[in-house]
Amino acid sequence: MDMLKRFGDIAQNPHDYAATWKRQYGRQVFGHFCSYTPEELINAAGVLPFRIFGSGAPISLADAHLQAYSCSLVRSSLNDALAGKLDFLDGTVFPHTCDSIQRLSDVWRLNVKFDVHLDVLLPVKLNTESAREYMADVLLKFKKDLERSIQSKITPDELMRSAETYNRIRTSLKSIYEMRRHDSGLLSGQDLLNILKAAMVMDREELVQSLDTLVKSLGQTISKKKDENRKRIILAGGICNIPEIYSVIEDAGGSIVWDDLCTGSRYFDGTIDLYGDIIGSIAERYIDRIHCPAKHAGLYRRGGHLVRLTKEMQANGIIFILLKFCDPHAFDYPYLKEQLDKENIPSMLFEIEEQIPSARHFKTRCEAFLEML
Amino acid sequence: MQNKSNPQDLDKKKRKIKAVAKMKEIMTHYYIEAKTAEQSGKKVAWITSGGPVEPLIAMDVIPVYPENHGAMIGAAKMGVDLCLKSEEMGYTTDLCSYARADIACAPINGGPIGGLPKPDMLVCCNNICGTVLKWYEVQARHFQVPLFILDTPFCHTEFTDEAKKYVKRQIGEYIFFLEKVCEKPFDYDRMTAVGKLSIQGQQLWQAVLDTAMHKPAPMSAFDAFFNLALIVTLRGTQTVVDYYTGLLQEMQARIKAGIRAVPEEKYRLLWDNLPVWYRTRWFSEKLASHHACLVADTYTSAWCTSMRYIKEDDFLETMAEGYSRIYLNLGVDEMATSIIEMVDKYDVDGMVMHSNRSCKPYSLGQYDIAKILQRKRGLPTLIIEADMVDERSFAEKQIENRIDAFMEVIQKDRSSEVGIHAF
Repeated sequence: MDMLKRFGDIAQNPHDYAATWKRQYGRQVFGHFCSYTPEELINAAGVLPFRIFGSGAPISLADAHLQAYSCSLVRSSLNDALAGKLDFLDGTVFPHTCDSIQRLSDVWRLNVKFDVHLDVLLPVKLNTESAREYMADVLLKFKKDLERSIQSKITPDELMRSAETYNRIRTSLKSIYEMRRHDSGLLSGQDLLNILKAAMVMDREELVQSLDTLVKSLGQTISKKKDENRKRIILAGGICNIPEIYSVIEDAGGSIVWDDLCTGSRYFDGTIDLYGDIIGSIAERYIDRIHCPAKHAGLYRRGGHLVRLTKEMQANGIIFILLKFCDPHAFDYPYLKEQLDKENIPSMLFEIEEQIPSARHFKTRCEAFLEML
Repeated sequence: MQNKSNPQDLDKKKRKIKAVAKMKEIMTHYYIEAKTAEQSGKKVAWITSGGPVEPLIAMDVIPVYPENHGAMIGAAKMGVDLCLKSEEMGYTTDLCSYARADIACAPINGGPIGGLPKPDMLVCCNNICGTVLKWYEVQARHFQVPLFILDTPFCHTEFTDEAKKYVKRQIGEYIFFLEKVCEKPFDYDRMTAVGKLSIQGQQLWQAVLDTAMHKPAPMSAFDAFFNLALIVTLRGTQTVVDYYTGLLQEMQARIKAGIRAVPEEKYRLLWDNLPVWYRTRWFSEKLASHHACLVADTYTSAWCTSMRYIKEDDFLETMAEGYSRIYLNLGVDEMATSIIEMVDKYDVDGMVMHSNRSCKPYSLGQYDIAKILQRKRGLPTLIIEADMVDERSFAEKQIENRIDAFMEVIQKDRSSEVGIHAF
């Protein structure tokens, strides 16, 4: 499918895509790191929201600023920025997430001289009224900060249109997941990852159209490779942008039927209510969507979510893909595993850096795990 | 160390801080009281080191500090065993060793004091890190007790109006939470008194630390690490005020009598980050062998940094800002500014930074701070990578060599009289 090739090209060369886009439209590009970045507002401002992943190039320049015990996302991204690989960016947006991203923001502000540097001080706690109110206040402040940066007002219409765009994007992504969960042969895991990665950097209007077409075409397809014997796997963790992870699991006889990833379902979970105060509605979605472990929304929500997901997706097991030195995920892991064990849901943990250190090791582990299921 | 002569022993004895015995007594009493809280009918709250303890004191709740527990575990050299235990529980070695050690203690009543007193509630303020949030979630599930989170947005370049409103509103929620758990109304009059004592305690503690401005310093940061326990745990009580009043008098008397922390203080250094708890003596002796004294540090003074925002007669209203703008909740450049103030104030020759694998908010950014110090004050910095509790991250020989090399640089700087404080 041409469409899949297009997503694949963008996912593999996101920097080229953004640089070309910028030349073509003469508009700005802002980088960011997190699925909590209020992209709706950036998009409404006519700026392209660009999710930064490290290129995985050897770290040299970043070592002068960050210790080796910070995660590879943080080190690799800073390295890319210092090496000039992100020079197509006009600015960077740092939503508050974890301790490492928090300090990366400071180090970035002091050393990477893009025109715009915006901190979005999101609440960490999500399950109180005051946090809800604060989330909306923060988005309103972010809107003002953006307006100052682009020296132009964001109109209510632009905001509304952007919210609609994001609803369509998220609904389409979810539809693709839904179709794949019933028929995993429809799209390979790698294709799925390409779609997600492209979705986080593409012109959002183009994306909406592309996803619409893709959903329609997938809806009319029945995969030839439909294979009921595959072990149904859910991926869980933070970011997972290594294509090999998907292919190894599939080659070992698994199919990834859903995920709880920042680069997956957490990105498209929930829709924005388009009636009423639009900033408030956008804030509500960020409060209500399934949360990242760097945030607090009750003591049992993430465990409950994972167990429910496993049952709903009729999954055979969970594979945790955790980024080394990612504290919030590492803290949650023993509890999540305990919850899964209680429900007799098998799980496996694999720790990665941005580049997979040993694909062979992962393959062996995967094969053993899938065999056991 | 075998052929110690008597005069040296006498000298050591003279240099020993007398108040310390009193503090040991206070801390022992405090832990006994906390451990027997059930009998006295008092509630126990676990609280983070940067959390607002004053409302707990006003409600007669005994505050207990898992981080202080972590420090005790480290000092007792029990860190490795407990960290290993936490790894068996599924926690990776890359996590904060305070958290790992404390989490490992809870189910087995392990550690130097047989486990912390059981909590009736947990109070977590994320002004020091995001780790405490995860740590307290773990303990809230383990002990099945209510958890209150005070969410203090990070101040990269400013404390925003939005954040101020949010934190203020949460102070109200905190009081409501305490009323519910304690089943009694909040005592606002008592709070006023506690607030005053808290400020007084902080002022006294700062005054104690300030005595090290004197050359030679009557106390070192190693003494501060030890004497810190009270301002952390019992802030807002008369006990703290009394203790630090005594300690301050003792320091002033030491200055008069010419008693110094390091026998021949030639070089004055600043320490950054938490101590390496299992090697404080080693560091102290190592530096003293170079005639260097750690005269100040960014860690123990952190309990006083927000004083400027808190009004004594309006503690509750102003503490939202005070607790949000503490040292660790600030951007790297503002941290550097406050370090430069300390460099000038204590007139130091160099800085030793502990790059602490356990503490990302404290450690990430140190390289840039070191560059700022070099640029603005020509100050040399030594960065040592270690961990505050987990001894497995301590490479003694390597660290020793680096200290020796660093001290050589400092000595050279001194002898050429160029480079230091030139700007």
